[in-house]
Amino acid sequence: MTQTNRFSTGGQIQRDTSHQFIFDGKRYKGHAGDTLASALLANRVRLMGRSFKYHRPRGLLTAGSEEPNAIVELRAGDRQEPNTRATTAELYDGLVAKSQNRLGSLRFDLLAINDRLSNFLTAGFYYKTFMWPAAFWEKIYEPIIRNAAGLGSLSLKDDPDVYDKGFLHCDLLIIGSGPSGLAAAITAARSGAQVIIADEDFCMGGRLNSETFLLEDISGSEWAIKIVGELKNMPNVRVMSRTTVIGAFDHGTYGAVERISDHVLQPEIDKPRQILWRIYTQRTILAGGAIERPIAFENNDRPGIMLASALRTYANRFSVTADKRVAIFTNNDDGHRTAVDLHNKGVKIAAVVDVRSDAPTSLDYEVLHGEIINTKGRLGLTFAEVRLKDGSVKSIKCGAIGMSGGWNPNVHMTCHQRGRPQWNKDLAAFVPGHDLPPGMTVAGAANGDFSTAGALRGGQTAAIEALNLKKTSFNLPTAEDATINLTPFWYVEGCSRAWLDQQNDVTVKDVKLSYQEGFRSVEHLKRYTTLGMATDQGKTSNMGGLAIMAELSGKSIPETGTTIFRPPYTPTAIGAFGGRHRGQDFHPKRLTPSHQWATEHNAVFVEVGNWLRAQWFPRDGETTWRESVDREVLATRKSVGVCDVTTLGKIDVQGTEAADFLNKIYCNGFAKLAVGKTRYGLMLREDGIAMDDGTAARLFEDHFVVTTTTANALPVYRHMEFVRQCLFPDIDVQLISTTEAWAQYAVAGPNSRSVLRKIVDQDISNDAFPFMACANITVCGGLRARLFRISFSGELAYEIAVPTAYGDALMRKIMQVGAEFNITPYGTEALGVMRIEKGHAAGNELNGTTTAQNLGMGRMISKKKDSIGSILSEREGLNTTSDLRQIGIKPIFSEASIPAGAHLMNITGPITAVHDQGYITSSCYSPNLGHAIALGFLKNGTERIGEHMRLVSPLTKVETKIEIVSPHFLDPEGERLRA
Amino acid sequence: MHDLQPITALGGLETRIDKFERIIITENDDLALASVAARKGYENDCRDKIKKILGDIPKPGQATLDNTEVGFWISPDQWMIKAPKSTHELLANNLKSFFLNTASITEQSGAWVCFDLTGSGVSEVMERLCAAPIRKMEVGEARRTTIHQLSCFVLCLKYQTHIRIFGPRASAATLHHAFMIAAKSCA
Repeated sequence: MTQTNRFSTGGQIQRDTSHQFIFDGKRYKGHAGDTLASALLANRVRLMGRSFKYHRPRGLLTAGSEEPNAIVELRAGDRQEPNTRATTAELYDGLVAKSQNRLGSLRFDLLAINDRLSNFLTAGFYYKTFMWPAAFWEKIYEPIIRNAAGLGSLSLKDDPDVYDKGFLHCDLLIIGSGPSGLAAAITAARSGAQVIIADEDFCMGGRLNSETFLLEDISGSEWAIKIVGELKNMPNVRVMSRTTVIGAFDHGTYGAVERISDHVLQPEIDKPRQILWRIYTQRTILAGGAIERPIAFENNDRPGIMLASALRTYANRFSVTADKRVAIFTNNDDGHRTAVDLHNKGVKIAAVVDVRSDAPTSLDYEVLHGEIINTKGRLGLTFAEVRLKDGSVKSIKCGAIGMSGGWNPNVHMTCHQRGRPQWNKDLAAFVPGHDLPPGMTVAGAANGDFSTAGALRGGQTAAIEALNLKKTSFNLPTAEDATINLTPFWYVEGCSRAWLDQQNDVTVKDVKLSYQEGFRSVEHLKRYTTLGMATDQGKTSNMGGLAIMAELSGKSIPETGTTIFRPPYTPTAIGAFGGRHRGQDFHPKRLTPSHQWATEHNAVFVEVGNWLRAQWFPRDGETTWRESVDREVLATRKSVGVCDVTTLGKIDVQGTEAADFLNKIYCNGFAKLAVGKTRYGLMLREDGIAMDDGTAARLFEDHFVVTTTTANALPVYRHMEFVRQCLFPDIDVQLISTTEAWAQYAVAGPNSRSVLRKIVDQDISNDAFPFMACANITVCGGLRARLFRISFSGELAYEIAVPTAYGDALMRKIMQVGAEFNITPYGTEALGVMRIEKGHAAGNELNGTTTAQNLGMGRMISKKKDSIGSILSEREGLNTTSDLRQIGIKPIFSEASIPAGAHLMNITGPITAVHDQGYITSSCYSPNLGHAIALGFLKNGTERIGEHMRLVSPLTKVETKIEIVSPHFLDPEGERLRA
Repeated sequence: MHDLQPITALGGLETRIDKFERIIITENDDLALASVAARKGYENDCRDKIKKILGDIPKPGQATLDNTEVGFWISPDQWMIKAPKSTHELLANNLKSFFLNTASITEQSGAWVCFDLTGSGVSEVMERLCAAPIRKMEVGEARRTTIHQLSCFVLCLKYQTHIRIFGPRASAATLHHAFMIAAKSCA
């Protein structure tokens, strides 16, 4: 027979919908509306896991997200998720779960030996034991500890599911849908405000689903259904079940994870598993309820011992009892409520053990005045020993104990911006303090209003105040309004292994040890014992530890202190934070105008920032990238090549003082640049270090186009805007990026003019359009375009630009008209080879440490004007004669390679950092020269041309002889580019 | 007349349209764009001319949508003007003639991709894409926001049923992919 612990009637499960599931390889049945925990309990499964440290048998402690024990690996294969709480895992047909933290089976865990060694494995064991010998740490201790540590296991496979992110806005966010949350929501909603109400449970209603008392004349759960139904029909309300608000962040934003598909076998196609919402709200009402406190006594961790409120939830909501014989251990009236509810369902109440001398009596069950001092049962509770007030000990047969030590308001989210809870003596609990996140109000049990009527009142009042309402049409129902009758009681005297934090195996004794050894502040206690760490953040344990520390130190609990909580409220899948930004979609792509054409021509692409640039274009028969690149370089230098250079930053600079502006941001002069001319410019940082280089073309008196390197397009634009807006706000200059507005191609090589003559409508002879000319032109019979005669390759070259929509067509046209010249498309690798051959500095050389002097451009810094960085570039330390200077390097033996990053050493002498002479920044194989070449920086390099040195790379074990040469390997006089 | 065939931002000769039950994603290629930035000392003159073209001067967070030329605010004394490409291919040149020395005009037609999202599912899809308060946006509101890490302008053309998005053209495929994923996710 299955589900023997299920009552025949009652509860909110759907008895007509059965779900089959597997736990630890064994098949069970449950119902829709169950959690994994309730379904296991219904099937008389109390043992659900092993504890972290001592591998003690553990079962359910709670019925909610605060659960420390019933942690399972949910699902199988690549969807396996460790550390999932059985108490919140919604049951579905086909669910597969596995207990974790065991070696062997759950019943016979080989690591349970740790429990026998508990006298050695007390708090602080690691800190004391693994100190010596020091050499053992890395090779022996750490691997062992790493192997033993951690909860659950990962599938080590890619997550097959997707996660969405989303953004919501509202006037009022209500967190929690218990009596206070629903009262707040309906009050706010009827006022017309935009309301979001979120609850982590799949069933809205909070504790209303767990109790039997009435609101007016209907049950709490029926009242919740009625109110939620009305809310769902209101256009100004968003009701979000299965949604955990995980954090209160700055400026009224909250994070919330909505579980879209966790309650089904797998998400529908194209649907996310979860959505991480960012909620922007004017006001927030935290109605997160309260969490019952356990009581610490000897062996209080056996499966079957749980919170009394959890027993009530399982009985009333899920129609399940943990056992046929149940005992209660309480210090307040709430424990008796559990006894009454279970008794009314036919469960035998073995006894209610109440520590209070004024405990109420009952005709239905026995009330014992005393304490539970120990329990028995290897894998589940069988007996409890009770010490009565007269000192006698009584043994009670029971399979479950409900612990009721009072309630802690759920203050978690009030602490997310460093708010500190305050002690409430009457409740013997911390309640929200005054330093809440801005805009937050706390209502209901979370605020210490534990009665249903109090919670309803608190919720409605909070909504009225938050929205400044004058009146409301919603009348609160009558409900129970019991007062608190509680005698604080945290642990049973004389016990040695009474568990406070069941997730981390922290006992009362551990807290005492922490006190003994001087770790008495709350934060030290936490670190020393691990109390309150891990997935539950000590929601059920922190108060117990604090109370014991207070007692030991002779202080009150508030004097002893409190820990605060931080987001997320419950563990959150990393995938939810990543959203769709993973794999190929990790970052956006920028495609060049010729991308489609390049794809058709087998381009191999490389990521340059977000851009995808053609790196080279392999042809049939080419087996290595070098073959392709060498061919592209040789063909370009021999005839003509074309390369998409759209990615270079382009900034439109206009205004009557545009030239003055450029004079300030470039260290060289631009004021006198003639219209129709382009000039190379070097930009310095304020500290005098080179920032970026590029060109500025003067199209009109008041209109320049500045180009930047691809990598620095954004930083340079940002820098220019900073200069415009903050340093020189009175200058008449306007900036805007046009990088993507124009498709731009470099056409380089001795036949480049011949090719472009077939496209450009104007005269581009050397006389009409000389080196460094620029102009607005037309192409192909009238399309507006721009032409710049600039060269990165050192060849006769142009850059031609058309509006982006025509970029694809222009590329095809260039290839068509260039066919008679054997035009060759080239990629970024060939581009790099040609610029190294020419000795042009690029990002490797402008690396944030180099100056204009280092780059051999010291004379570019104009002394006739002031510009950003020019003063500090004259600092003494930046201008010594032994400074690094850019030089060229070639190997003595032509077959040798020159790795970038290698260092230069004198031909004799030690190879140490002290003797370092310089380093290599860029290197490549030059197909024109037939050997490797490189650019680099060498101390006093300009004076050392012709010197032989050693090139060393200790990391790659390279040591070879090289010769220092001019950085201009080809055409040092620049005759080609002026041809 | 030149013989170069333009392509759309998504690389087609025709604009792409994707239809779902409650939303249609349309690539809008009929797009001539130019930015107008007032020159120092000519701010009032520039605003007067903006008003003549657009019928009003878009304030921060606003667009004017009534005339053939529409526009929206992009920064202090700077606006983006949009007109149909089919009739205004040389929009920037025309604006230069109109604004003369009161403003700097920059052609932006090739810099942007434009998508129209229409249908009853627009708000739901947009909530998966950006932080703009989409359900509160009235007709004529314009927001700068990020979609899939890309800076975009979002304009409300019809309350909750028609949103126009301007994004960086080079990332048109990424944006479109993001829209498709969101539309399928909300379908």
